Amino acid sequence: MNVIVCIKQVPDTAEVKINPETGTLMREGVPSIVNPFDAFAIEEALCLKEKFGGRVTVLTMGPPQAVEALKEALAMGADEAVLLSDRAFAGSDTWATAYTLAEAIRKLGAFDIVLCGKQAIDGDTGQVGPGIAVQLAVPALTYVSKINRVELAPAPGAIEVERVLDEGRETLQSALPVLLTVVKDINIPRLTTIADIRRAVRMRIPTWTAADLAGADPAKLGLDGSPTRVVTICSPPGRTGTVDMIPADNAERAASVLVEKLLAENIL
Amino acid sequence: MAIVSIDKEKCIGCGACVDVCPFGALVMADDVAAVTDKCTACGACLDVCPVDAISLPESAGGLSLDLAAYLGVWVWVEQFRGKAQSISWEMMGQGRKLADRRKTALTACVLGHGVEQIAKEAIAYGADRVFLADHPALAVYRTAPYAGILVNLVRRHKPEIFLLGASLRGRDLAGSVAAELYTGLTADCTGLEIDPESGLLRQTRPAFGGNILATILCPHHRPQMSTVRHRVFEVPPADPDRQGQVVAVETELDEGRIATRVLDFIQEYTEVNLTEARVIVSGGRGLGGPKGFEILRELADVLGGTVGASRAAVDAGWIPYEHQVGQTGRTVRPDLYIACGISGAVQHLAGMNTARVIVAINKDPSAPIFGVANYGIAGDLYQIVPALTEQFRKRLRP
Repeated sequence: MNVIVCIKQVPDTAEVKINPETGTLMREGVPSIVNPFDAFAIEEALCLKEKFGGRVTVLTMGPPQAVEALKEALAMGADEAVLLSDRAFAGSDTWATAYTLAEAIRKLGAFDIVLCGKQAIDGDTGQVGPGIAVQLAVPALTYVSKINRVELAPAPGAIEVERVLDEGRETLQSALPVLLTVVKDINIPRLTTIADIRRAVRMRIPTWTAADLAGADPAKLGLDGSPTRVVTICSPPGRTGTVDMIPADNAERAASVLVEKLLAENIL
Repeated sequence: MAIVSIDKEKCIGCGACVDVCPFGALVMADDVAAVTDKCTACGACLDVCPVDAISLPESAGGLSLDLAAYLGVWVWVEQFRGKAQSISWEMMGQGRKLADRRKTALTACVLGHGVEQIAKEAIAYGADRVFLADHPALAVYRTAPYAGILVNLVRRHKPEIFLLGASLRGRDLAGSVAAELYTGLTADCTGLEIDPESGLLRQTRPAFGGNILATILCPHHRPQMSTVRHRVFEVPPADPDRQGQVVAVETELDEGRIATRVLDFIQEYTEVNLTEARVIVSGGRGLGGPKGFEILRELADVLGGTVGASRAAVDAGWIPYEHQVGQTGRTVRPDLYIACGISGAVQHLAGMNTARVIVAINKDPSAPIFGVANYGIAGDLYQIVPALTEQFRKRLRP
């Protein structure tokens, strides 16, 4: 079984602090990590490989330092990794990102399953996965919390998954090949050892540029290929005023003060 | 070739752009600002430069659409088991305002089976026209047939703006439709307005875990598509006497050609679901164990709300993942959010800090949750929560 995982290197938003004076993000020293949802996608790919054999290939698009994210995936046990990095890709929005990743997947050859995290924690859009599926003309099964069953024969093969929707869990069946985006409760990503990391560091990771994607239309790459433009960025308006602290020495009294104040808010 | 370009002659090396860059893409080199590969052309640096040394290259624009041919505002009306979702009526309210600003019509797209009633409701909520696609293969939401119908309708009728609720289905569907149409899609918007000069849709959304707000345009592609966060806009009053046109959409769906089948659905939220909830009582590590959620549930029941949780409580196995609020859980926007024993990690705040009123109950008065709360009690939740339940029970009973 050929499984391709698309991952993203993101700033650890838990470490992002706001400068209280300027209201801007303080990015200095903020570590880059593998998008947490993508770690679940890598783990699920490795589980599929353990069950069915085959190869796990990990793809990312980003600046040269994004190679670090690929090394983590290799340390977890992926067989190969490809970095898509080129100034021509810079400024890509979700449409252009999905287009570029799909072109790279085409170049990698036949696949059974493409796995992505449900969204990246910096952009929070969840649009790249469905976008790749459209480009590759395969079904997108989003918000998958469990793979119940995969059958490679008879051709084209089939997959049954559980997915999380707003009201509950849906069981969905699809023909292969397919693209899945996964949520947190699908698995627990494995930990890597020093030996894994040493092995990953020695593996060669090719970098593909726009010139390597022979089938890609250059007009659909990077900023020029992106339909959306970010025009302004600001920090969100702070919550008005400061917290009204209610004395807690007597629980009954504290509760009745709070009840009065909440009733006065006219929200209940 | 960098994405933003800096005029080294003009740059005075003040560093204002370096501080403001949300991507850490600008650095100081030889006393002037320089751009690195991390630049995404977001433009945050443009406004802060005191000497206008930074510029954004104009895009060549991939397509040459006849933009003027695209008219009207569309809303996808989401239904589950034949019942329209309130988020769709919120979209209709805002869609009506945008359509009035653009002096065009508002169209609702209703897809399902046996959902004629929803088409009538859509008119009551402000639609001038409803596209009604009614077919057995559309009874349960599936991405491919739904996206296929919407893509065909857009190609034929050319709307200028297309709004979908940022529910899980809405985000799934919008992602597919925008990719197929090669147009821009802005996810999870919390603000939508028409730019008075250009007439473009200004779409504002939080990013970086809610730490920044980005305003996004889609200048050269149509329709301008957005998914919009729950409970940002009000549901407008329904007017049952409003007149509108229902257009039946011819659907040639062949079940044999659809790759996916829905085999089962387990409805897990018999209570109000988190994203719809008006009141959420949420618990974290400070509860100390699963039993703490019982007293939260009692308070939630009295308030007609539902129970949420922080990641710490979910990871400890005290309550299922479906209850998790925050970056890796759900983003909620209730009228009242009562955080009990939650310290207020950034990821949790990102999921709830747009609630109208936030109450924090936590033993530690220095917990960050008090920084976003309207009301705080630094005390023992095991005493305060039952007291609240008791008093609300008395006060809210008619």
